[in-house]
Amino acid sequence: MPALDAGLATLASQTTPSAGSAPATTAAAGTTPTAIEIRGLSLTFKSADTPVVALDDINLTIRRGEFVSFIGPSGCGKTTLLRVIADLEAPSAGTITVNGVSPEAARLNRAYGYVFQAPALYAWRSVLRNVMLPLEIIGMTATERKTRAASYLSMVGLAGFERKFPWQLSGGMQQRVSIARALAFEPELLLMDEPFGALDEITRDHLNDQLLRLWEQTGKTVVFVTHSISEAVFLSKRIVVMSPRPGRILEIIGNDLPSGRRLDVRETTQFLEVAHRVRQALRAGHSYDD
Amino acid sequence: MTIDAAALPTAPGIGAAADLVNRVGPVAGIVAVVIVVWYAAAVWLNAPQVIDRFKSDEKSWTTRELIDATWSMDRPVLPAPHQIAVNFYETVFQTPIASKRSLVYHAGVTVSSTLLGFLFGSVLGILLAVGTVHSPVLDRSLLPWIIASQTVPILAIAPMVVVVLGSIGFVGLFPKAVISMYLCFFPVTIGMVKGLRSPDPLQLDLMRTYSASPAQVLWKLRWPAATDFMFASLKVAIATSLVGAIVGELPTGAQAGLGARLLSGSYYGQTIQIWSALFMAATIGVALVAVVGLIEHLVARRMGKPA
Repeated sequence: MPALDAGLATLASQTTPSAGSAPATTAAAGTTPTAIEIRGLSLTFKSADTPVVALDDINLTIRRGEFVSFIGPSGCGKTTLLRVIADLEAPSAGTITVNGVSPEAARLNRAYGYVFQAPALYAWRSVLRNVMLPLEIIGMTATERKTRAASYLSMVGLAGFERKFPWQLSGGMQQRVSIARALAFEPELLLMDEPFGALDEITRDHLNDQLLRLWEQTGKTVVFVTHSISEAVFLSKRIVVMSPRPGRILEIIGNDLPSGRRLDVRETTQFLEVAHRVRQALRAGHSYDD
Repeated sequence: MTIDAAALPTAPGIGAAADLVNRVGPVAGIVAVVIVVWYAAAVWLNAPQVIDRFKSDEKSWTTRELIDATWSMDRPVLPAPHQIAVNFYETVFQTPIASKRSLVYHAGVTVSSTLLGFLFGSVLGILLAVGTVHSPVLDRSLLPWIIASQTVPILAIAPMVVVVLGSIGFVGLFPKAVISMYLCFFPVTIGMVKGLRSPDPLQLDLMRTYSASPAQVLWKLRWPAATDFMFASLKVAIATSLVGAIVGELPTGAQAGLGARLLSGSYYGQTIQIWSALFMAATIGVALVAVVGLIEHLVARRMGKPA
């Protein structure tokens, strides 16, 4: 696997020497450039009766090339935090920068690709034309966007499905189309909001494996929202554990599992230990009480 | 039935024939019932006049003669179906199209103002909907007026439209098209507002993550998402547009058009002429809606809709 080895080499060069062994929480301000910087951020939704505090005093630094997961029970604000990064929600207080600029400027620069919980494909467009959508919007030429879209479709294993329409695909395939669509305009930052939440476990395992390889190959920064402990531990370098009411960060857990993980890593003691720490952290936030 | 046909590949013709009977049967049944009831009603409604005539002629009559007479009057209260059919056939196929007596000529006049009015109305309806969806101010200010406009009876407004437009030099086709437009933009606006707002929040968020311009959101998301709503509204609109064109011909003292035909029919008690004009209007209405339906089908195929 020469491509994979090259990917790993790129990855190694992007990681600080200490990050491999020391807890990643302390290595957050390492020498690698910062992708996302969040300081004292809160967000309150004004509802009819009482205001809802969705996020409270969030502090987080995500380095370039990192794979970070947000985990927590429903209502802990993990999706909201991702939407703030994407400039789909505006914070009430605090500061946030994405690639050194405000989220809005980053969005206008088309700095990130966003994968939603549902595939959100446009039913009237073929698979290929769905992937071409962002390329049309950024004004790429027709031939270029066709080649680009086709190559990303084959990357997610959907070569040969270009002319199909969304309703002709299974849920897992639709979600892969939406991942190809997010990758197609080659953003440095990939924001994924429970992309595999609605899929069966077999499909989800398969896509987790694919996603991890993709990340290893491309060295993109990935921020990944999930409510599955095993998914978070399998994929991430760091796991941000959150608790609800108000949405806060409880703990940031570094994951020392070696790179080049394969699905069977989930049976190792090391994996189970990290998963145990995540579970402990979630329990400490009384997340299961209500 | 289809399973049987599939299981017996040697006899596909039987399956197809049965399928045809299944499809045509109910329609033919309804038509037969309508015709029977119609003939009965013609006897019932026309009999008093016929009896009066027999009486004034001091003639005795049999039931058979009475029924025959009710079905063959010159100016019946309700003409029998075959009388309408004969008149329709004569004025459509046996009269030169350029003649003022040709129903095709009158239909052509009405259809042209229907289509022009439909075009105006659809464009106006779509523009109003696009404005409403994009501007909160328009959303709040326009809709009450749009609804109010539809509560005014068209029969009251039509003569004024004709007079006003006539005074500034518009006569003939245009005023009638305006009346058509007045009736038919409404369903288009209502349907398109709903359609342009039909994309779900996720699909809109997606456009935002691409920093798409409002025009891109309109053309790449809102417009295609509104297609189903648009065709549903256009079907209603083209039918009301035809009504508008006919109504527009009534007060204009128009010399041509189905409306003029209806009006002159009622002046001179030519009920057969009225009914064949009505029948023509209904046929045109069905045909126009079918054309919109056909276009809808072609567009849906292009947009990858499951058959």
